[in-house]
Parts: sequence; C-alpha cells; structure tokens
Amino acid sequence: MHQIFQKIFLVLSLLAATLAQAQLSIEITGAGANRIPVAIANFAGDPAAAQVVTTTVRADLERSGLFKLVDPGGSTLDENAQVNFADWKGRGADALAAGSLTRGGDGRMEARFRLYDTQKQVALGGAVFVTGNDQLRAAGHRIADYIYEKLTGEKGVFSTRIAYVVKSGGQFRLQIADADGQGAATALSSTEPIISPVWSPDGSKLAYVSFEKKKPVIYVHSLASGQRQVVANFKGSNSAPAWSPDGRKLAVVLSKDGNSQIYSVNADGTGVQRLTNSPGIDTEPRYAPDGGTIYFTSDRGGSPQIYRMSASGGDAQRVTFDGTYNVSPRPSADGKTLAFISRRDGRFQLAVMDLASRQVQVLTDSNKDESPSFAPNSRMILIATEIGGRGVLSAVSSDGRIKQRLSIAAGDVREPAWGPFSQ
Amino acid sequence: MKKLLIPALLAALIVGCSSTPVPDENAGAPVESRSGSGVTPVTAGGLDSRGLPKELTDPKSVLSQRSIYFDLDKYEVKDEYKDLVAAHAKYLVANKGFKVLIQGNTDERGSREYNLSLGQKRSDAVKRSLILLGAKEDQVESVSLGEEKPKNAGHDESAWADNRRADILYKAPDGRGEF
Repeated sequence: MHQIFQKIFLVLSLLAATLAQAQLSIEITGAGANRIPVAIANFAGDPAAAQVVTTTVRADLERSGLFKLVDPGGSTLDENAQVNFADWKGRGADALAAGSLTRGGDGRMEARFRLYDTQKQVALGGAVFVTGNDQLRAAGHRIADYIYEKLTGEKGVFSTRIAYVVKSGGQFRLQIADADGQGAATALSSTEPIISPVWSPDGSKLAYVSFEKKKPVIYVHSLASGQRQVVANFKGSNSAPAWSPDGRKLAVVLSKDGNSQIYSVNADGTGVQRLTNSPGIDTEPRYAPDGGTIYFTSDRGGSPQIYRMSASGGDAQRVTFDGTYNVSPRPSADGKTLAFISRRDGRFQLAVMDLASRQVQVLTDSNKDESPSFAPNSRMILIATEIGGRGVLSAVSSDGRIKQRLSIAAGDVREPAWGPFSQ
Repeated sequence: MKKLLIPALLAALIVGCSSTPVPDENAGAPVESRSGSGVTPVTAGGLDSRGLPKELTDPKSVLSQRSIYFDLDKYEVKDEYKDLVAAHAKYLVANKGFKVLIQGNTDERGSREYNLSLGQKRSDAVKRSLILLGAKEDQVESVSLGEEKPKNAGHDESAWADNRRADILYKAPDGRGEF
C-alpha cells in the first residue's frame, strides 16, 4: 500500500512557461497498489519521432497509476530485435515493448511495435500505426492503449479527449484537449458562462448550455466545422442536456411549462416530449448505457435526491437515501456504477454506488466536488473541484485509489466531460 | 510539436485580447454596472443609453431598483420587496409594449444545474407576483442564471446573501433595452 501522496510531477510540456499556462498540467497524487512493471525500450528509427512516441507511451502508462515503468537504460530496440528475456526479467520488467519509427514513401510516419511477456518469453502482439509527422503523440496514445488493454484486460482511454470550461478574466472558454491535457483547443469563447458540456456518442459534437442570450439556451456544436445549432430555446430556462446512447435524442430540462422538468427532444431540436410531471424540481437527467433508463435529480421527496425512471417517462424510483443532498447522477458506461455528488457535513464530495448491491462509497476528502464524468472504460471519474480557492479538475479511479489533478495556471477549470472512445 | 503549439498560441492571443474593451452590449452585466461610474448618462428624448425611459433608470426613481433578495433556501418574495414588485407591475400594466426578463440567481454552493433550477424558482416567484398584479404573460419571462453570474464574488455568508437574488431587466417596444 505504498500509494497515496507519492507525488510525481508530469509536466510533460516542452513548451515555454508562458505558453504552458494554456495547457492542463497533470499531477498524480496516488497510484494503484499492484502496479505492473513494464519497460518501454527506446524505439529505433527516426530519433526525434521515436523520442516523441516513447515519451508519450511512458507518460500515459505512468499516469494511469496501474504501471511501474522500468528504466530501459540506453538500449534501443526495434520490433524485430532478438529480445534477451532473462535480462529484462532481471531488471524487473514483466512486459517489454520495442518498436521503430520509419518514414514511408509519402512522408508519413510508420510506428511499429511489439509487446512481449518476459516471464513467458513470448510476444503478446504488435501493431503498426501510420500517421502524419504532427500526429506522433496520437500514435503514442494508440500504442499505450494497446499495451494497457493487453496487460490489464480492459480498454485504454489514452486516445480519448476531454472537454472542460476555463474561466479567466471575464472570458469563458470551452476547450477540448487530449485525455492527458495536451493539445488544448478552444471550441467556443464567450463573455457569458458556458456549463454542462456533454459529448455526442460518436465524439463529433458537444451539447452544452450557454448564457450568451442572457438566459440558459442549449446548443449542439459540431467540433470539426464549428457549426452551432440551437436545440432548445423555449421561454424560460433550457439546461442540463444529456445524449441518448444512440445519439438521436437529448434529455433536457425546460421551465417552459412552469417548474424545471425533464423533456426529450430530437438532436435537431424537433419533437419535444415531456417526461416528468412533478410539482418540484426535476433536473440533471442522464441515460443509462442501455438507453432504457434515465437517472435524474429531484426534490419531490423534500430534499434533492437521485431517482430513476423509464426513458419514456412514467413512475420514478428513488435511488439515494443517505443524507439530504445527493445530486448529479452519472451512470458508468458498463452500467455497474453510479457516480454522484453527496453533501456530507456541508462538504460536497464524489461518491459512487454499486448499482447491484446499492453500496455507497465516498471517494474524495474535498469540499467542493462537482460535475462528475466517467471515462468510457468506466475506470476513472473526472470531477471539478477546488484547491486553494481555484477550480481544478481531478481524475479519481472508481475504487478511489488513483488520483490525478489537472490544473491550468491562468484560470479556473470546471465542467469536465470525458469523451467517448475514439473511432 | 508544431501542431500542438498552435492552439496554445491561439488561446494566449484570445486571453490577450480580452483585456481590450469591446463595445459589445453583451460584454458587461447591465444590472450591476448601473451604479458603476456614478455618472447618469443623459440622452435627448428622455431615454438612457440603452433606449429605456429615464424613469426606469434614474436612480431617483423606484423603478431603477431591480433586485429582489431572498433568504437561504427560500423562494418567496419577502414582504419588504412587495412594494417594489408592485411598482414594476404597475409600470408594465401602464406600458403594455414593454417587456421584462427576470433572472433568478443562487449562491455558489452545490450542483450548478440544481442551482439553475433553484434560481428559476426565485424568478418564477417574481413573475407570479407581477402577473397577479396585472402584468400580461407575454410581457414577462422568468429565467435562471443559477450560480453562474454572482454579483458578489466572495465566498462568505454576506457574499452568498448578495447572490440569492432575482434581477429585473427591461426591453422597450422598439427592441432596445437590457436584454
């Protein structure tokens, strides 16, 4: 149990300090109990390209908290080299990756690698990724995902993206970055707040709430084209969008008929249907991964608690019972866990419920957690929290053991949304 | 690394630009900025710079008071604000072409989306009072800003009290105004 407070700073950027403030920097504050020792040899071929790829692979695996990186020394190994298994075993590595970067005829780079089990002395597999010279880090993320899946049995999320909102000065910026916080790009910049971004299941769009019209209005924003479409701007407030798993519909919260209630609407804004009919507040809808159930927050019982109902509306069952404030339900992609925010002694903390046993576990010791978002492999949960009066993002494993902090020097970071697996 | 630097550079440029004043009606929060300079803008025709009649903006007029404060966890208009709401209702009854947008607000504690719904309860309460006193449904829209636009950026009891609030914004028949 040599985890907690083992601080490893991974300020990966080769950027100058002034530019680095626009990037998320990541700090790991805890790691898994049994980390797999793995060596990533220096890849052969184009030295500069190999350096970028191996650095990315190592940083990804390290950051996950599930691997212990074994120093490969100065050895450079391509994917076809003879591997001295006894030597690598002797250095403590259970697994070894070797590879190369070569320039193809069209100028594109080919990243090849092979992964070995040093105990069984066999190759576990390998792959080749063809990529542009400016996409070498993406190739590194793909290789890290491959290694992660082979060694842990679950899919990696290193190639995924995250969205979040940065407030700095009077400006709100909706940003998209790689899951490691690098390569941040601004999708929307506004003088008015932006909240509740959610990724479409195919990762091509974000739905969110923008206050640019002096009131909350729901937009769907295509990331590649920058095209924005209003999907709900009814009289009153329009908020809390959630995509159906097939991407055809959004569950939304509208106040057009009085108090805040949940409706469904087609992704193009047509076909509004009311789903809840309560005298109080119903908000924060989220579809379960099978699309048949919606989890939501309601104060119908006197305090805000989490309920579930059929995705077509109707009777609701209460899900949370401990305490007087349980909000922001987020079912995991595997359908096994519900993450939410629970107020305990005046502090807002991330909690998870095992949906089979209904057992609840509080995962953090913070004061102001909000807006949880599961990684698509259901292992990590991204939340907004506050440290030293400043908004930061924190990623917590669903067993609470691994914690990472993502912050931006220049501003408050909030409203994280973890994107789907890349396609 | 070249590709990676571009978004960072762009972001830095955007941040750099944000300090330059932009003549944009969306740039400031109109309700808060009313008393900012201490100078009342004078415009011919009895209209202020936003095209609203002076009686809505002149600090000497009761109608220039646009904020209704609420107690913690409370969503009804308090007795001390009944006269103020009545004055606004009277103006709307007498001036059918005018519209108001009521923005409900909460303090910063708790879920942003749940707070949005709580802010809606505050603006709805003000709307109900205005309608009860004769304003027409199509003159009044109640919306919520939740915890997103705090009037007081502090993090203590007094800041939170400043932020539990509904603000009334006006729009003239010609479309000019505060929203």
